[in-house]
Amino acid sequence: MQEVRAIDFGVGLFILLGLASVLFLVVQTIDPGRMDSDNSYLLEARFDQIGDLKVRAPVALAGVTIGRVSDISVDPVDFRAVVQLQIDAKYNNFPVDTDASIATAGLLGGKYIELTPGGDTDLLVDKDEIEFTQSAILLENLIGKYMLNGSTDK
Amino acid sequence: MNLTIRDCLHGFRGFAATFGSFQLFSIRLLPYIPRIFARPLLITEQLYTIGALSLVLIMFGGLFVGMVLVLQSFTTLAEFGSTDSVGAFASQALVRELGPVVAALLFAGRAGSSVASEVGLMRATDQIAAMELMAVDPMERIIAPRVIAGVISVPLLAAIFSAMGIFGGYLVATQVLGVDTGAFWGHINVRVELGQDVVNGFMKSVVFGISASLMAVFEGYHAQPTAAGISNAATRTVVITSVWILLLDFIMTGLTMAKV
Repeated sequence: MQEVRAIDFGVGLFILLGLASVLFLVVQTIDPGRMDSDNSYLLEARFDQIGDLKVRAPVALAGVTIGRVSDISVDPVDFRAVVQLQIDAKYNNFPVDTDASIATAGLLGGKYIELTPGGDTDLLVDKDEIEFTQSAILLENLIGKYMLNGSTDK
Repeated sequence: MNLTIRDCLHGFRGFAATFGSFQLFSIRLLPYIPRIFARPLLITEQLYTIGALSLVLIMFGGLFVGMVLVLQSFTTLAEFGSTDSVGAFASQALVRELGPVVAALLFAGRAGSSVASEVGLMRATDQIAAMELMAVDPMERIIAPRVIAGVISVPLLAAIFSAMGIFGGYLVATQVLGVDTGAFWGHINVRVELGQDVVNGFMKSVVFGISASLMAVFEGYHAQPTAAGISNAATRTVVITSVWILLLDFIMTGLTMAKV
């Protein structure tokens, strides 16, 4: 039996623990909804108001995450927000009259995009634009409207 | 009045001179870096004294930092009814900031000071001069292995610190505060990003590892060859490394934020 040197054992333990920790951090933080650009396609949607929608926010169909917001910019001509949606290639049969609306997860949760398929037989393909959109509902505007309406009723 | 301005100038000149000689020292070390991998045993030895012996401190530190982080953030999150995301909050803070920074600070205190005093004592007892006489380059035999071992150790220690912190947070959140286990891990999964959080934290700890180990060997190599000089070198290593780590952390955080 060869004697195990304390130094070798210590260094081995140290490196193993370190690599295990790196692996743990990587595994724990990989988002299962992550997609690579090979297995996805892009759609574009224009909104008057996106609220605090962020890049990488989920795109959901019937509540199931099927994609991510990949880019947000502003069209300098019509002053609307242009949102790029990166959608899993598995879900490539959206009718052209599909509706995109910005929804809120819970009362104070983050914003995400909910797609509601329409009934058209033509399908959306890569880099198409979704015509029908609903802007984000801003809670503070809603409260403001409610208060103003209340005061005029009196 | 005249005296104070002159003092300031003198102080600045001293600082600039030290800073400059540190840069020159680092550049002088560069050609030795690839050569040292021909002698892996020298690195292994240093990995043991610098890295493996810091394990207990780092694991203990990480565990309790994670536990305290969860405990502290829980009360605030409870006000908003979002206690489930306590794990995501704690692990984001750990992976991005606390892991790299606190691990590097602990490393400077535990390993940096010992390296500085060890090299300083070699200088004081003329061991370095003796090596030069025997045509053994002290940069290659003493300095380079310690720097390489430090650069390898600090990122690993930071990862261990973060992982232990998340584990400690998990224990407190689920066993003491009653957060659901699935919700704890699920929020971490969704909210902590591999690219933005883990990789950035890793890059930080690599930079901290380079600066911490370079400063330790620099202070030791240039220590006054007296008892006071060696203790001075150890103290300076901890103080200067800590300041630089915090400063670099701010700069690197700013750089990564700018990209977003």
